[in-house]
Amino acid sequence: MTSFPRGALTYRPGLARNRCNQLFTGLAAVFTALAVLPLVLVLVYVLIKGGSLISLRLLSELPPAPGLEGGGIGNALVGTLIVTLIASLIAIPVGVGSGVYLAEYSRGGAFARFVRFGTNVLAGVPSIICGVFIYGLIVATRAFAGQSYSALAGGIALAVLMVPTVIKTTDEALKLVANELRWGALGVGASKFVTITRITLPAALAPIATGIVLAIARAAGETAPLIFTALFSPFWPDGLLNPIASMSVLIYNFAIMPYEAQISLAWAASFVLVVMILAANLLARWLGKLSRT
Amino acid sequence: MATGQRPDLFAQRRRPPGEKLLDLSFQRLTVVLASLVGLVLLGILITVLGGSREAMGQFGLGFLTTSDWDPVGGHYGAFTAIYGTLITSLLALLIAVPLGVGTAVFITENIIPLQIRQVLGVMVELLAAIPSVVLGLWAIFVMEPFLRPCLTGLHNLLGWLPFFSTEPQGPGIAPAVLILVVMILPIITAISRDSLNQVPPSLRQAAYGIGATRWGAILHVILPAAISGITGGVMLALGRAMGETMAVTMIIGNSNNFSLSLLAPGNTISSMLANQFGEADGVQVSALMYAALVLMLLTLVVNVMAQQIVRRLSLKYN
Repeated sequence: MTSFPRGALTYRPGLARNRCNQLFTGLAAVFTALAVLPLVLVLVYVLIKGGSLISLRLLSELPPAPGLEGGGIGNALVGTLIVTLIASLIAIPVGVGSGVYLAEYSRGGAFARFVRFGTNVLAGVPSIICGVFIYGLIVATRAFAGQSYSALAGGIALAVLMVPTVIKTTDEALKLVANELRWGALGVGASKFVTITRITLPAALAPIATGIVLAIARAAGETAPLIFTALFSPFWPDGLLNPIASMSVLIYNFAIMPYEAQISLAWAASFVLVVMILAANLLARWLGKLSRT
Repeated sequence: MATGQRPDLFAQRRRPPGEKLLDLSFQRLTVVLASLVGLVLLGILITVLGGSREAMGQFGLGFLTTSDWDPVGGHYGAFTAIYGTLITSLLALLIAVPLGVGTAVFITENIIPLQIRQVLGVMVELLAAIPSVVLGLWAIFVMEPFLRPCLTGLHNLLGWLPFFSTEPQGPGIAPAVLILVVMILPIITAISRDSLNQVPPSLRQAAYGIGATRWGAILHVILPAAISGITGGVMLALGRAMGETMAVTMIIGNSNNFSLSLLAPGNTISSMLANQFGEADGVQVSALMYAALVLMLLTLVVNVMAQQIVRRLSLKYN
């Protein structure tokens, strides 16, 4: 047996490579701290600055005229719920349907490849371009009963943003369903429609729901597609064919106003929006855990 | 059937026409829904192309290289905005890539306890969930006032360089770059983390087995094995940075005067659209559509390249 010099097999912190190792570990720790820092700072500011303003009155009143005090973000809160609901009602059927086509019907042909590619491309289209598209398609042409800016146009613009996420999660969730389930259902004489709606979709429900909740949360915070489709309104929502307020556009509009009252309303709206979105993310996380057990 | 006993028991059940119809119409419905994606993409292209035809005819390719934006005189050139889009997203990438990859390594390698790593991972993911407009609000009222003394110091120290040659006056390209870093960090971290997790344990064990230090293994074995996924994530982040609108619009200052200085206010294509599209009319709408077309082509090229890189470079370990 060869003999090693004393200490050759023990850890020596003074070695150049061990020094180097410690240096890199420290650097990675600093990078991680820097990456987490903005989240902490933003959350602390929004929660403290916005949270201290929240009251029932603030959530139920109209925003004040420029220069006046008081008021609330009630119309924007209702508006965000309406626009997001319209977007979900369009995007969920379209997204789940396309996902079902990709995972259950397509046989990897050219059309399916095109749809998958198109989904990825659409997911990468900047949100402001979605706004320009719906402006050109619906607002400028006054497609809905001669109305230009409308809640419906805003909802459709958000739906365009949501669809790729819903397609991808549905496609991937259905691919994870065991083939034995499909064969079993078809084997006992179920039609393809019954197999999909009664067996495979329910089996993939939790991951699909996770994706949908995340897509809705993202849509609720989007501003760029709304600023020239749904516009803004200082009044309560008035039907789906009129301009409608939303919290994200309220934050954008009020943040650059020189009035203290408007700026505090922007912080309050940020608080409500961030709390809603974080709650949705926690819900999605919980649903995701549910699907893994 | 051959034995002649109770033939109906084994006979094929005839599917009722209603069931057949339902099956067929459901299949057709999913095909129609799936083709909507293509239709929407086509619609976006037609709308933006059709809208920009007038400006294209009037300004041609000179639109891309001139920087006067004069709604009164009717002269439009988007060079300032295109330069702003490229410089902000590339600088943001330059800062975010080391930070994001470093964070991903820190929370995938076994450096600190698993629970802490998981919490850090969740925090980075939640950062991605915060709406852009909220980050913009924070940038205006918290980040920028805090940053201004630092940027002024930078100007006093390095003012002889053209990149720091103007006095910072609030909104500008530098704060916009920093807020973009915050927005694309979660994408880079999440995708790098996924690709690092997919590196087979045997590679890691082999590296440690021949006596590599932790960072020897990371830098020479694990990162090279995960490079395809990381590159794809970086490209996706670049696409996102170029299209990012709200936070940048709120903090970049929206000035069409071209300046090399990073401390001066500037413009990006998306911030120009967000600012002017609602109130524009006539040729200005068309010029804005032309700029939107440029933005769309830029992000399209970057995203398609990202998909290609992931497909081409991805090493198969199965």
